[in-house]
Amino acid sequence: MIDTAPNLTLVVVAGALAAVGVYLLLERSLTRVLLGVIFLSNAVNVVFLVAGGRAGGAPIIGSTDEDAMSDPLPQAMVLTAIVITLGMTAFLLALAYRSWQLNHHDEVQDDLEDRRVAARAAADLAAYESDDDETRTLEQEAADVHDETGAPVGAPPEPDAAPGSRRVESAEGGDVR
Amino acid sequence: MLLLLVVHAALALLAPVVVRRLGRKGFFGLALAPAAAAVWALTRTRAVLAGDGPVETVAWVPALDIELAFRLDTLSWLMVVVVGGVGALVLVYCAAYFSATASGLGRFGGVLVAFAGAMLGLVTTDDLLMLYVFWELTTVFSYLLIGHYSDRKASRRAAMQAIVLTTAGGLAMFVGLVVLGETGSYRLSELLADPPTGSAVTAAVVLVLVGAVSKSALVPLHFWLPAAMAAPTPVSAYLHAAAMVKAGIYLVARFAPGFSDLGVWTAIVSVLGTWTLVHGGYRALRQYDLKLVLAFGTVSQLGLLVLLVGLGSQATALAGLAMLGAHAMFKAALFLVVGVVDAATGTRDLRRLSGVGRALPVTAAAGALATLSMVGMWPFAGFVAKEAALEALLHEAGTLGGALVLAGVVVGSMLTVAYGLRFWWGAFASKPTADDDEPVTVTRPSLVLVAPAAVLALLGLVLALVPGTGEELLTPHAATYPGEAGHLVLWAGFTPALGLSALVLTAGAALFVARARVERLQARVAVPLEADLVYRRAMRRLDDAAADLTALTQRGSLPFYLGVILVTLVVLQSVALVGAPAPSWADVRLWDRPAQVVVGALAVAGAVLAANSRRRLKAVVLAGVSGYAIAALFMLHGAPDLALTQVLVETITLVVFVLVLRRLPAYFSVRPLAASRWVRLVIGAAAGVVVAGMALVAPTARVHTPVSADFAEEAYVFGGGRNIVNVTLVDIRAWDTMGEIAVLLVAATGVASLIFLLTRSGSRFRSADARGTGYVWAGVPDRTAALRRLGGRPAVGGRDREWLRAGSTLAPQRRSVIFEIATRMLFHSMVLAGLYLLFAGHNSPGGGFAGGLVVGVALIVRYLAGGRYELGEAAPVHPGLLLGLGLFLSAGVGLLAILAGGSLLESVIVEFAVPVLGPVKLVTSVFFDIGVFLLVIGLVLDVLRSLGAEIDRHTEDAAPDASDPDAVDRDDDGDPGGAGTPMHRTTTEAAGAVATGTGTREGGR
Repeated sequence: MIDTAPNLTLVVVAGALAAVGVYLLLERSLTRVLLGVIFLSNAVNVVFLVAGGRAGGAPIIGSTDEDAMSDPLPQAMVLTAIVITLGMTAFLLALAYRSWQLNHHDEVQDDLEDRRVAARAAADLAAYESDDDETRTLEQEAADVHDETGAPVGAPPEPDAAPGSRRVESAEGGDVR
Repeated sequence: MLLLLVVHAALALLAPVVVRRLGRKGFFGLALAPAAAAVWALTRTRAVLAGDGPVETVAWVPALDIELAFRLDTLSWLMVVVVGGVGALVLVYCAAYFSATASGLGRFGGVLVAFAGAMLGLVTTDDLLMLYVFWELTTVFSYLLIGHYSDRKASRRAAMQAIVLTTAGGLAMFVGLVVLGETGSYRLSELLADPPTGSAVTAAVVLVLVGAVSKSALVPLHFWLPAAMAAPTPVSAYLHAAAMVKAGIYLVARFAPGFSDLGVWTAIVSVLGTWTLVHGGYRALRQYDLKLVLAFGTVSQLGLLVLLVGLGSQATALAGLAMLGAHAMFKAALFLVVGVVDAATGTRDLRRLSGVGRALPVTAAAGALATLSMVGMWPFAGFVAKEAALEALLHEAGTLGGALVLAGVVVGSMLTVAYGLRFWWGAFASKPTADDDEPVTVTRPSLVLVAPAAVLALLGLVLALVPGTGEELLTPHAATYPGEAGHLVLWAGFTPALGLSALVLTAGAALFVARARVERLQARVAVPLEADLVYRRAMRRLDDAAADLTALTQRGSLPFYLGVILVTLVVLQSVALVGAPAPSWADVRLWDRPAQVVVGALAVAGAVLAANSRRRLKAVVLAGVSGYAIAALFMLHGAPDLALTQVLVETITLVVFVLVLRRLPAYFSVRPLAASRWVRLVIGAAAGVVVAGMALVAPTARVHTPVSADFAEEAYVFGGGRNIVNVTLVDIRAWDTMGEIAVLLVAATGVASLIFLLTRSGSRFRSADARGTGYVWAGVPDRTAALRRLGGRPAVGGRDREWLRAGSTLAPQRRSVIFEIATRMLFHSMVLAGLYLLFAGHNSPGGGFAGGLVVGVALIVRYLAGGRYELGEAAPVHPGLLLGLGLFLSAGVGLLAILAGGSLLESVIVEFAVPVLGPVKLVTSVFFDIGVFLLVIGLVLDVLRSLGAEIDRHTEDAAPDASDPDAVDRDDDGDPGGAGTPMHRTTTEAAGAVATGTGTREGGR
C-alpha cells in the first residue's frame, strides 16, 4: 500500500486555491465566477493527488518499478476532470458573451421570475391561476357537465378557454430582440 | 394472466387507430379485452373452487425480488368477473352513447381499456410491489378519464382532486406494503398465510387502510367521488361504481383474514364504514342531479362494503362478497340508465324530468329492477346480500360496538331505500315540474344503449334465484375469515333479519313519501364542516405556504445560493473534521520534492494576483500562470499524463478566453460594496481552511487497500497496455469516461447554441464562401497600406502561392508572413503528433484526450494565423459530426465486446503478425480512445467556431464601417482596395466593390 501521509505543500496549495476560487465564485461578474471555477477545480485536483498518496514515478509499466509508482486511479479521475473543466470554461464564456450581447455587461442579475414569485407571495396572491373556484358548489358544477352524446336537447355548455390559450406573453423576449 | 394483460395493453395502444378507422363501432372491438378476461375467469371456476386456481410467476427485477406473480383465487375470481364483465358491457355501451363526432374518442377508448387491464392486474397479482404499481396505474388512468373533457374547468379540478387524494393514500399504502414486505414476505399469499406481528406491522396495516380509504372514497376522503362525476357517464358506471372504487374493498377483503384481529383495524373499519354508510345516504337524499344521487349512494354503499368485508367474521365476509357482486351489477346498471336518460332528454335534473318512464319503458324497467336490487327488495341479489349481512350482524349485536354497527347499517339501509325510490321517481315518474322549465322532449335511444343496463339489471334478479350457487362460489374466500359460516338464502323463514328488512323498507318508503319535509329539514341543518371545503382551503394554504417558502429560499441571487451551499459545506465538513482524529506531525511530509514548494507558491501567487486584478486580461493571464504551475505540480508528483493534459487545456483555455474577452469591457466593473466583499473573503478563507483540513485528514483515514493496488497487473493482462492511467480511462473505468465525454458533447453543443442563435450548424466558412464579404479582422488601423500599395503587384500563377489557403481573406494589416509560414510548417506535424499521442497513449503518456487536445491546438493555430475561413479550410467538417462520431465509436466498442462474448466495454486483445511490421497487438479499447480523440477535437472545433469565428462575424455585423476611422481613411485615399493584396486575386467582386468606395468589410453587400 502506498504511503498516504499527506504532503503539506500540496495541502496548503489546495487550501489557498480553494479560498481564492470560492472568493471569486461569489462575485457577480461571470468572468470572475469562471476564474473561480477554474481555481476551485485546480484545488480539487490537487486534493485528489494528496489523497492518492506520496509522489512517485510515472505509472507506466516498464518505465517505473511497480512499488515506486504514483497511484494511477486519482490521475485517471483528475484527467477527465481537467478536460471537463475546459468544456465548462467554454460554456461559461459563451454565457458571459451572450450576457454581454444582451445587456452589455457580463454580471449575473437576480432572477426576475423569483422576484415576481416573492412579490406575489408577499402580497398573498395566488402564484398561478387555479382551476379551483370556491364560490361554485358541487351541484352547480355537476349541472354544467354534459357528455358529447347524440342528445338533441340542451345546448352544450360553454367550454372554458383551453389552459394553453391564456398563457401570458413574456415581456422579456430573451433571444427575440 | 400475463397474456391477458398484454392483450389489454395492445388493444389500449391500438384503440386510437381502431376508433379512427371504425368510428364508434371500434368500441365493440375494444370490449373484447375485458370480455376475454371475464370469460377466462369463468372457465377457471372449477379449479378456483377446488383451491388450485392458475398461478403464474415471471422474474422481473430479481435484484429487488419483484416478480410478475399472479394468482387466481376466489376473491380475485370474483373481481375479475366483475371488472371484465362490467368493463365489456360499458365499452359496448360507449359505442352507442357518444355522438359520432365526439372529441377524443380514440384516446378515451384506449385509456378505458388500459384501465381495465390495470384493474385486472391489480386484483390478480400476488406481489405486494406489483399490487402498488397496478394500484397507481388505476389512479393515473382514472385521472385521465375524469379529466376527459380537459377544456372544462370542473373536469380538470375534479381530476386533480381525485389524483391528489388517491395518490396520497397510495403513497401511504406503499410505505405500509414495504414494511409488511420487509417484516413478512412480498408474496401476498405467503404474507397472509403467516401474518407478521409487532407495532411496526400495526402501523403498516393502518397505512394500507389509509390507501383503501382514499381509493374507496370513505369519509373523510369521500368527496372526490361525487366530484369525479364530471367524467363521462360510462366512466362513472365503470370506475366509480364497479371497478376502481372496489379496489379499496378488494384490498380490505384481501388483508382482513390476516389482520382483522388487530384492534385498530376493527376500530377504523367499523367507525369509518358506518359513518360513510350513513353520511353518503344522507347526502344522496338532497341531490337533484341523478348522477349525484347515485354518486353519494355509491359512497354510502362503499361504506357498507368495507364494513362487511372488514369486520373479520366469516358470515359478514360472505355477505360482503355477495354485496360486492350485487352492487357492481345494480350500481353500474343505474349509472348506465342515467346515461340513457341524459342522452335522450339532455338533462339529469330530476326537477325537470317528467314522463320519461312512459316514453322509455324498457329503460325504466331496467332502472326499476336495478333500484329494487339496491334497496334490498325480495327476490333480488341486493336482498340476499343484505339479509345475510343483517343476519350476521345480529349475531354480533351482543356487544356495544356490534349493536352500534347494526344500528348504523339499519339506518343506512333506510336511507338507501329512500334515495333509491327518489332516484327512480326522479328519473322516470310523471310529476309536475317547475313552471319556468319547459317539459323535456325525449328521443328514443338505440337498443345497444339500453341492453347493457338491462343485462346487468336482469342478472341481479337471476343470480338471486340461485343463492346456493353464489354461496358455493364465494365461500372459499369467506372461509379464510374466522368465525361461524354464514349462508346466502332467498327465503329463511320469518327471522329477526327479515323483520329488520321489513322495517328498513317501510321506514325508507316513509322517508321518501315525506321527502318535502325531509328536504326542508336537511336545508335547515347546517353542516359544520364540509370535507370538500376543508380540502380546498387546505390546498390553498399549501399553495400559499409553498409560495412563501419559495419567496424565502429562492432569492434569485446566484451569489446568495452559492454562499448558502458553500457555508453549508464549511459547517458540515467542520463538524466532521472536529470529530476526526487529527494526524500527528510525524505523519505529515513537508514535501515530496523541494521543487513542489516553488511551483506551488507560483500557483498560489498567480491565483491571488488574478483575484486582485481589475483588468480582465491580466486576471486571465495570471490564472494561466497558476494553471501551468499546477501542471508542473502534476509532473513533480509523477503524473505525466496529467501534466500534458493540463498544459494543453491551459493553452486552449487562454486562447478561448482571449477570443471572448476582446468583446467584453477591458476592466471589471467597480464594486463599491465593501461589506459584501468582506463576507466573500471570510467564506473563501473558511472554505480554503476546510479543504486543506480535508486534504490533511482524508489520506490518513484510509484503512483499506486501494482498489488501484492491482491496477498495474490488470492493466497489462486484461487491458493490454502499459500506461495504467490510460488503460484506466479506456478500459477499467470506461463507463466513467463515456459519461464524461458525453458531458463534453453537451458542453460543446451548449456553447454552439448560445452563440449560433438561429441555426445550430452555421456556415462552415470555406474560403470560397469568403467571396464578396470583405476582409476578416479589418477593424484596426492599416498603417502599412501605403507600403503595400507601392510594392504590390498582382501575383499570377503558382510561384506566389499562398502559405495558407484562406490567408487572403484576412485583412492585410492582420497578416504575418512569419506566422503563416510557421503555421504551414507546424500544422501537419502537430496533427501527426496528436495521432502519435493517441496511438502511443496505451503504453506511454498520451491517449485520446491529449491527442485530441494537440490537434485542437493545431486548429487554433490555423485559426489565429488565417481567420475563420482558414479554420474552415483546416477542418472542413461539422463539429457535430465529430462529436457524434466520437461518442458513437466509444459506445460502439462496448457493443463490439458484447459480440465477442465479453461484457459491455470489455477490451478484446487481438494479436496477429503483419509481414513487414512484425507482430501487431490490437486492443479494441483503442477504438474507444479514438472516439475520445474525435470528441475532444469536436469540442475544440465547436468552441473555436462559436467563440472565435461566429463572434468575429457578430463583431463585423455590429460595427458599421463609418465608425471605423481607418476604413474611412482608406476609402478617402481613393485607393482601389489595395491592388497589391491577394484579395484582389481571389475576390474580384469584393475588389470592385471596394473600388466604388463602399468600404472593405461589407464590400459585397
